[in-house]
Amino acid sequence: MKLSLNFVKDYIDIDTDVKTLAEDMTRVGNEYDSAEKFINATELVIGEVKTCEMHPDSDHLHVCTVDIGDEILNIVCGAPNVRKGLKVIVAKAGATLPGDVKIKKGMIRGVESNGMLCSIQELGIEHKFLTDADKNGICELGEDAVVGEDPIKYLGFDDSVIDFELTANRGDLLSILGMAYEIGAIYDKTPKPIDTTYSESGEDINNNFKIEIKTENCKAFLAKKVLNVTIKESPKFIKNRLMASGIRPINNVVDISNYVMLETGQPLHFYDADKLENKIIVRMAEENEKLTTLDGIERTLDKNDIVIANEKEAIGLAGVMGGLDTEVENDTKNILIESAIFDSIKVRLTSKKILRSEASNRFEKGLDSNRTYMAIDRACNLLEKYADAKVVTGMAVYDKTEKEDKIIDITYNQINSVLGFNVPNEEILNVFRKLGFTYTLKGETISVKVPRRRIDISIKEDLIEEVGRIYGLDNIEGKLPVVDMKQGSFDKTTREIRNKMVTLGLNETLSYILINDKEVKKYTTDEFEELRLLDPITEDRNTLRYSIIPSLMKIYEYNKSHNQKDISIFEIGKGFFKKNGEYGENLKLCCLMTGNYYLGIDNKKKVDFYIIKGIAEEILNYLGYENRYSFVVKNTLPKEFHPYQTAEISVNNDIVGIIGKLHPSISKEDVYVFEINLDKLLDKKVSKMKYKEISKYPTISKDIAMVIDKNISSQEIAMAIKKAAGSLLLSTEVFDVYNGKGIDFNKKSIAFSLLFGAQDRTLTDEEINNIMNKIIENLEKKFNAELRK
Amino acid sequence: MQEKLAEIRKNAKEKIGSVIDLQGLNELKVKFLGKKGELTEILRSMGTISAEERPKFGSLVNEVRNEIEEAIKFAEENLKEKELEQKLEKEKIDITLPSTKIKRGSKHPLNRVIEEIEDLFVSMGYDVVSGPELETDEFCFERLNLPYGHPARDMQDSFYITDTLLLRTQTSAVQARVMLANEEKTPIRMICTGKTYRREDDATHSHQFNQVEGLVIDRKEKNVSLADLKGTLEVLVKKLLGENLQLRFRPSYFPFTEPSYEVDVTCFKCGGKGCPLCKKTGWIEVLGAGIVHPNVLKLNGYDPEKYSGFAFGTGLDRLAMFKYAIPDMRLLYTNDIRFLSQFDRKDEA
Repeated sequence: MKLSLNFVKDYIDIDTDVKTLAEDMTRVGNEYDSAEKFINATELVIGEVKTCEMHPDSDHLHVCTVDIGDEILNIVCGAPNVRKGLKVIVAKAGATLPGDVKIKKGMIRGVESNGMLCSIQELGIEHKFLTDADKNGICELGEDAVVGEDPIKYLGFDDSVIDFELTANRGDLLSILGMAYEIGAIYDKTPKPIDTTYSESGEDINNNFKIEIKTENCKAFLAKKVLNVTIKESPKFIKNRLMASGIRPINNVVDISNYVMLETGQPLHFYDADKLENKIIVRMAEENEKLTTLDGIERTLDKNDIVIANEKEAIGLAGVMGGLDTEVENDTKNILIESAIFDSIKVRLTSKKILRSEASNRFEKGLDSNRTYMAIDRACNLLEKYADAKVVTGMAVYDKTEKEDKIIDITYNQINSVLGFNVPNEEILNVFRKLGFTYTLKGETISVKVPRRRIDISIKEDLIEEVGRIYGLDNIEGKLPVVDMKQGSFDKTTREIRNKMVTLGLNETLSYILINDKEVKKYTTDEFEELRLLDPITEDRNTLRYSIIPSLMKIYEYNKSHNQKDISIFEIGKGFFKKNGEYGENLKLCCLMTGNYYLGIDNKKKVDFYIIKGIAEEILNYLGYENRYSFVVKNTLPKEFHPYQTAEISVNNDIVGIIGKLHPSISKEDVYVFEINLDKLLDKKVSKMKYKEISKYPTISKDIAMVIDKNISSQEIAMAIKKAAGSLLLSTEVFDVYNGKGIDFNKKSIAFSLLFGAQDRTLTDEEINNIMNKIIENLEKKFNAELRK
Repeated sequence: MQEKLAEIRKNAKEKIGSVIDLQGLNELKVKFLGKKGELTEILRSMGTISAEERPKFGSLVNEVRNEIEEAIKFAEENLKEKELEQKLEKEKIDITLPSTKIKRGSKHPLNRVIEEIEDLFVSMGYDVVSGPELETDEFCFERLNLPYGHPARDMQDSFYITDTLLLRTQTSAVQARVMLANEEKTPIRMICTGKTYRREDDATHSHQFNQVEGLVIDRKEKNVSLADLKGTLEVLVKKLLGENLQLRFRPSYFPFTEPSYEVDVTCFKCGGKGCPLCKKTGWIEVLGAGIVHPNVLKLNGYDPEKYSGFAFGTGLDRLAMFKYAIPDMRLLYTNDIRFLSQFDRKDEA
């Protein structure tokens, strides 16, 4: 809401400067975007062109002498309409114009120029307000302009404007009157009444005009008729105030409708009365009903739109836009004025679909049921004054609104206990008085009568806010609440996983969960329905991710294109899905590695499967799943993965994730990823961390090496060894794998180091030899392994 | 004979005194004390002395032997020490050569701020609660006093998946869940941090951002007031942005609180004098807060006659930017390794 200071001063007596007013309004809860003079220019003066000759060295420039009262200036001007005798706006040398333009003395093609003759545009008037004449030449002042005086004042542009960013509840401040009350509450002043007087004549409107309201979404509908209007340019003050308020002046009639809306907050609609029938109906639109609106566009309506109609068809879209057929045009003579209240939600939905306007915005925020009358009367008052209108006797009225003030009971104590400090009783009453609320007292209870204009106030808490707002909260002394002792809690596991990944040398990322729908089914073979946005901003982000891998791939690609080759990143975030009709989301840990990984000890190593597997194992072990997981090779893998360097991560024989190298069709570089569904993983209980007794007896180490079929995994061999060895085998570790020269091409040589021991004794050679024999026998039988001696 | 002994003694001492390595010392040991050494020689020739002088001479020889042994032991220790010193000197390295690099990972600045806030509130007995990011209209809006068609929904243009399911526009949705789930309707002290989504994307708004939301509800007799809210937020702001900062409560409007406030903090760049960051006002808006609206209590099963409380919330992206002097919000989501790896150390205490 742009507030013109000149405009509001009609209704409240203040001489505060614009910045102070803006700051004071901010303190009571009304933030502003800007608070400026309407025209931000200095050193302007009215001048008269005394002589005007063609520039000797140009086909369009003129050399003028301009009288500015105390001196005559030589000025070169390029405007086509400059001529002798014209009264003009002169920016003297040293003047500043909007957009940081500084006017200096200078030579223009060899001729001295000591200033500039200005157009309206150069004064900073918004482009949308300019006429063709404004755009094509300098401003031509009237004969009555006095040389040497201030042109801004002459034009009536000596105004200031505050652009407020109002909160959604303060619909009342979308009016000059509402602003006057608010400012009055700050400075303890009472707003002046609005002039709504006019004279009436002729037969009562109700004798030949009817309104019929067929929907409860119209709460009030008032109509008055005025005759014989003269359509012309508005008076200067109306035009200027509309412009300062951000509305383009059109003609006196249209301008008055907007002017009254600005003053009262009540949008009006003017119909060409001669294009109407003698009845107006308000009803809900039919499904697929058509209506051509003022802007010439044919709209297709539905049954949630409120329409104004005659017996045959819709003629206007209530609260949003009028119809083209009943529009006020330059030859309109007689006008029907509508002042109505429509359901705010319905108007909101319709306007969202069609057009957000100054009017619809006011309907949406809610209207004061008393202003419906005030506005229509004010319109008659101005039309009579500035459009020569004859106002027809009587008003057609439909009104189901409440008019009485709302009464809210509250006590001093209730106010102070919420604010947490003591506002003296008389100060509380003072606030209500300043706001223009009357009250009656009964013991501790204040019965506050809240006028209808404050649609935002309906409960005690609203009044408490008013007291805090107007009295000011600067004196509140902050303290901590006195509450019962209690232990706080947080999700420590996620934090520990993050910390662990960081200590392993990975960088944490945070990416967007919205991705392109083409990406969402990648990197997984899980069955799920993807979740698409109904109304995405861009197609690039139209679907919720299921896996984090696509997000990390984007990050990888970005960094690669910025010459970052060593990338080890991870993210903990959500993946979303619909499965069996149910919507769900899972917390996932995703890791991507490529390039070199710094191992810490003296060197870096090119990332391979075993490095990322090490990271995954480290996390699983750290979380307490040691010995409970395995990496399962599967035939059906997502096609984005390398078919022979990928495995599923299984914990307690339940798949919780995937790990592997990406397929060369996805990335030419070697990129490795793993992703673990943390919700699924952390669901599996972990045993308590407990001390295990350290054996007093020595352990014995034995090595075993064999040549074996290449396709038998070390995990399988280790399992077979463990099975044969029993509980005396403490650990099994691969220490060498070889399949080069000397080994059959479909075989490999693999060597394990085995550690034996017991809690209660030193193992004898015989015991160990027995176990070793069993192991060897088992391996030979099971895998046809050839033991190397 | 005695002269000879004296000479051996003198000779041995001189030689031992000037020996330069362990090998030389060993040779001297053999030369004087060995089986064919000079002292052994002298003992052998004792036959030439009279029987009564023999014991005296014998003890004299022993005395000299002890003395020489002593000297050799002393020299040996000296030489060993010297040799070790030489060995260590040979091991001298240039300690200014670069170290073996051990790579540190890094935590995303947004998560750093989240962790800091969580730790702070946990220390004050708050529970950190999480909730779904895919939220129902009911919890995101309706139960927070934002019924269908409410104009304030405009402030939060949303990403809907279905008519009733959307990406949460605010972490406040979790408030309603916590209140409703608390069947005994006991006091609540919670915060929720996490991702939120709104249908806007420009230089200063990311469609995905992070919020923290706090809620305190207690029995009415505890009088949880605006003063308590201010005190709590002072703790938060000072911890996060710096001591000596002032808070200003500016009346505002949120559907879930009444009264509602926007909380400004003294501009930490200019100290309140006015600068481009604070748009010359000296204040920076950091939080939204207020007293929980009675409708919100009612809608979630708390009797507003018996309970009251406060709530606050803020966007964390901006706080992270302030804290780490990050000039452009987009840096937070681009995930440039050169950006991420800067956040690889402990925050200052």
